Amino acid sequence: MSKITGHKAVGVETIGMTMRFGAFTALGDVSIKVPAGSFHALLGENGAGKSTLVKCMMGFYHPTSGEMLVDGREVAIASPQDASALGLGMVYQHFTLVPSLSGAENLVISREKVPAIIDWRKERDELAVFMDRMPFKLPLDVKVAELAAGEKQKLEIVKQLYLGRSFMVLDEPTSVLTPAEAQEVLGLVRAMTRAGDLTVLMISHKFHEVTAFADDVSVLRKGRLTGTGRVVDLDHRQMAAMMIGDQPIAALDSRAEPKPDAEIVLKVKALKAPDRTGLKSIRIEDLGVRSGEIVGIAGISGNGQKEFLEVLAGQRPRDAGEVMVRGTAYAATRAEARALNVRLIPEEPLKNACAPKMTVAENISFRTFDIDGNGKPVSWISAGAIKAFSAHLVEQFKVKTASLSSPIASLSGGNVQRAVLARELTGEVDLLIVSNPCFGLDFSAVAEIRARIMKARNAGAAVLLMSEDLDELLELSDRILVMSDGALVYETPIAQASVQTIGAHMAGHH
Amino acid sequence: MDASGIGLWGVPLAILGGAIRVSTPFIFVSLGEAITERSGRINLGLEGTLVFGAMAAYAVAVITGSPWLGLVAAAFAGLCFGLFHGWICKFARVNDIAIGIALMQFGSGLAFFFGKPFIQPSAPDLPAIPLGAWSDIPQVQAALDVNVLFLIGAALAVFLWWAFRNTRAGLIVRVVGDSSDAARAMGLNPNTVRLIATGVGGALAGIGGAYLSLYYPGSWTERISSGQGLMAVALVIFARWNPLGCFAAALLFGGAGALGPALQSVGVTQGYYLFYAAPYILTLVIMIATSSPSRSLAGAPGELSITK
Repeated sequence: MSKITGHKAVGVETIGMTMRFGAFTALGDVSIKVPAGSFHALLGENGAGKSTLVKCMMGFYHPTSGEMLVDGREVAIASPQDASALGLGMVYQHFTLVPSLSGAENLVISREKVPAIIDWRKERDELAVFMDRMPFKLPLDVKVAELAAGEKQKLEIVKQLYLGRSFMVLDEPTSVLTPAEAQEVLGLVRAMTRAGDLTVLMISHKFHEVTAFADDVSVLRKGRLTGTGRVVDLDHRQMAAMMIGDQPIAALDSRAEPKPDAEIVLKVKALKAPDRTGLKSIRIEDLGVRSGEIVGIAGISGNGQKEFLEVLAGQRPRDAGEVMVRGTAYAATRAEARALNVRLIPEEPLKNACAPKMTVAENISFRTFDIDGNGKPVSWISAGAIKAFSAHLVEQFKVKTASLSSPIASLSGGNVQRAVLARELTGEVDLLIVSNPCFGLDFSAVAEIRARIMKARNAGAAVLLMSEDLDELLELSDRILVMSDGALVYETPIAQASVQTIGAHMAGHH
Repeated sequence: MDASGIGLWGVPLAILGGAIRVSTPFIFVSLGEAITERSGRINLGLEGTLVFGAMAAYAVAVITGSPWLGLVAAAFAGLCFGLFHGWICKFARVNDIAIGIALMQFGSGLAFFFGKPFIQPSAPDLPAIPLGAWSDIPQVQAALDVNVLFLIGAALAVFLWWAFRNTRAGLIVRVVGDSSDAARAMGLNPNTVRLIATGVGGALAGIGGAYLSLYYPGSWTERISSGQGLMAVALVIFARWNPLGCFAAALLFGGAGALGPALQSVGVTQGYYLFYAAPYILTLVIMIATSSPSRSLAGAPGELSITK
């Protein structure tokens, strides 16, 4: 009996797990072994079958064939309830906590047996005793919606332990955390596996996490197990090769020398705007982005980056301050964006940059459909010209689509982003505003999209890049600024950037 | 002007009395709607449920001679309407607001159809408790003649406020209303929870209807409800889905509604019709004052289709 969970860690093994959806094989004959008390990483691209595998293990899917062993004994898992009865639990990438309930309410209501009338005094006492044994310290009386992402992630893990789970699947647990939070959470989980309290299967695509925390790794590609082994025996290149096979990866253009005296294209001064809650505001005192540089803005989601982008994109009114593009006041009208060559790639492009049910061709032509070759407005829109224009771009940007007249919503995430890039990066670009361009995309799409952004920079565009992925910012930016609590709190040139310092500012300790 | 003997004091007194008398249907409908909306669904059909409940209560009270049996019949009819709404809404691609509007018309139409024979006969009233018996002033006695349903409504508001925090059922309703995904991950079926919540909401709206026909105004006519069911839905939003807020909002609304008749009774002869619009103007003003174009509604259940 362990002192944390009250249970001993269990070992889990899949044998020949296969899942077919019609003619499509999502998972083919995958056998992995996760011994009790180990920390196992599951690597793979989007669509490689990682979620299918864990959903089969957790009883969400019924595999076409294959077996599950828990502690060496064959078990039948027909539903998530069966899985939890065996002590198997999962922490999802998207939080399953209820935002408007407090932490304590979330924990109690997720229990198998809840009394009809909850005696909060008794529950609180028991929770306090339970939390004393936990490696995480968390405020349980605060609404979950008010917790930081890292705290939510910890609460998800605590919830699994509270429910007595001793085998846990973590689905990309650090995607919303700062580097320091990620270190802390994974370090504590690691310590629990070392102590034999817990067995962990972590889905990830970050090699450095796998190397730092996992004992073993299994790699999936296109539904097949392409490699497995001790982490100490593998380096990043070998893991990458197992993950993506031998497909070519777009290389990043080498960075053209920055010109410190280049023209300042975007200038933001004393900007003030209300945030989503209306209770706080974002304040950007002074920000300049020069031609031919990428300025990265780091920050944990919810610290005002989204609002800042919305102000720049004209989606959110501002209370005060000015936004200037090449010395002209910029209010993000269509005419201004066209005259000043401002282009925008917002996050979740399908939602924010596309009309999902309109065709690929129409979406690609949003910027140009109403003007002719000389920039004069046209009175009659030519469907032929739209087709010809987008056919050319679809080929140039390698957008995979069944046809130009398919709705853009039918494309995969990577191809939607390629289509948006095709639209935004065509023609002259003086200012490019980008937010989380690679979120949820696979390896090759990420490499290609980053290469395109770098190419735009080298061609002289001023690029403002907001991202929650610090690795992306470190790879692309010339300067990094940190946004915390609605303000820019820290700036560093890339040569002196340190993950620890940036992370500390992101977390608000400085 | 001074015919009543207490002069202008009659106005606040009449407003208080009006608040208590007029607010009861609002209390029940808005509490019912609060339960439904907290579970993540909106039922606009409560207007139809209210009218049908009024008819059912009156008809059963006429036939059996017992207002309490009438009340039970109204609650049962409301339950059926609510369950019907909840059942239709569980199908994919069904919009709860559209179904609500259809049920609003359906409930009223059905009530008129079955209610024709009951316009003439008179039914026994629900009892009231004369809390104003200590006073000799007839206006005070009239104002404090409190119907039992009002007291039940007040107790229910407090109970629901407590139950949303302290009972398993209350927490489950909040979980389902805030996140279907989280509910499914806990092994709850959101559709079942919403079905029950909509059913209970309908039953409460039916009770609100029974109050209309069996106490105030106390007769069954086709024009018995002047949109109370719809206004109650607005009150829920105004009260930010809080049962105590619903109770307060219903009182405020009832009090504002009594302003017109009160002014008329003290002899204001001009423009008092304008004051009949007071509750609606008040609602508009408060809604505008407490909302903001750049901020999302605080306290709104995440699964509600109007907040998505």
